[in-house]
Amino acid sequence: MSGSSSGNETVEYIQHHLTNLCVGDCDPVTHKAAGFWALHLDTVFFSVALGVLMIVVSARLGRNLVTGTPGGFQNFVEMIIDFVSGQVKDTFPGHNPMIAPLALTIFVWVWLMNFMDLIPVDLLPLIASGVLGIEYLKVVPTTDLNTTMAMSLTVFALIIYYNIKVKGVGGYLKMFVFHPFGKFFIPVNIVMSTIEELAKPLSLGLRLFGNLFAGELVFLLIALIGGTMAVGLGALIWFPLQVVLDLGWLIFHLLVITLQAFIFMVLTIVYLAMAHTEDH
Amino acid sequence: MNINVTLIAQIIAFVTLLWFVNRVLWNPMNDLLLARQKRIADGLAAADKGKHDLELAEKRAKEHLVEAKSQAAEIMAQAEKRGNEIVEEAKEKARTEGDRLIIAAKAEIEQEANRAKEQLRGKVASIAAAGAGRILGREVDEKTHADLLKDLVGQI
Repeated sequence: MSGSSSGNETVEYIQHHLTNLCVGDCDPVTHKAAGFWALHLDTVFFSVALGVLMIVVSARLGRNLVTGTPGGFQNFVEMIIDFVSGQVKDTFPGHNPMIAPLALTIFVWVWLMNFMDLIPVDLLPLIASGVLGIEYLKVVPTTDLNTTMAMSLTVFALIIYYNIKVKGVGGYLKMFVFHPFGKFFIPVNIVMSTIEELAKPLSLGLRLFGNLFAGELVFLLIALIGGTMAVGLGALIWFPLQVVLDLGWLIFHLLVITLQAFIFMVLTIVYLAMAHTEDH
Repeated sequence: MNINVTLIAQIIAFVTLLWFVNRVLWNPMNDLLLARQKRIADGLAAADKGKHDLELAEKRAKEHLVEAKSQAAEIMAQAEKRGNEIVEEAKEKARTEGDRLIIAAKAEIEQEANRAKEQLRGKVASIAAAGAGRILGREVDEKTHADLLKDLVGQI
């Protein structure tokens, strides 16, 4: 990223950063996935690593739980759990032991994956290429549509499952036919309801992906400011500007990643709550 | 966008993670929080009960005190009454004893007097005989005039 500021290199830099570490059915030139049987190894690696981190930390915490006066970390975890179950209690009617752990998993996992965005954009790819010889690395799993859609589709599957479980197949289909305009607009109803249902997983997955992808892109652009002007007197101006902008976006983005994790969680609860209520 | 097999891998990862979180984090934590909630509720209930018990005990103590006071007063009254009775009894006893003593003394005095009289009577006979002998100038034989003397003694 050093050297001349030719537009080509800038595009290359950004494109390089936005390319996953692809194995399987990949394009040999662009390294993008070419067909369905391509696996983004970096996405899977980082998300699974963060998941394992969650499990290991919770397992260690779970062994040393204190009932009376919990210490710092247990207190912190209890706070998160209290917060999540508070959200579930506020939005979710009735009782389903599945919802709260689901919401908790989504909130924490999405937050952790989003947090990868706050690690300096070049750090991990540099280590990967320098030490391990891996040329492409995209460290934020939530900037991969596969991750966000995986979660939203799982939630969608749960929505359909609980819709059918609570209302029955007939009740669920009836919702498509008679909602929202009553029995005189059946064709319109079917189209509208289908779009409404399909919009749920799409909006859920795309919202998270879009926010994080854009955030990552802004980090890349900020990184380019200093990079393009690395040598010469200009660096005296550009470098501090980059630091200030980076810090500003970092702080702002810390809010964004938390908010996005929260939104994903709340919408999941709301959609599942809708699936559980009879009079849709 | 490039949706590929990563999607399926991520779904599997997500579901696995969900299972683990539920098992390793949510369940023990939830149990813990519920247990703590119960403990707090129990503690508060125990505190309420303790307070209630204290109130009851205080009330009971007051009742006991009042009862004890009345009992004490009763006992004192009884004791006073009994004391008076004892005094009265003692007085009565003393009086009868005194009377008895007086009667006995009187009887003794009478007895003594009688005995003295008897003695005097005995002596009167000999004095009378001696007196008579002197008057008559000769010895009066007490035996010979026993009848006379007896008669005389009887007259005294």
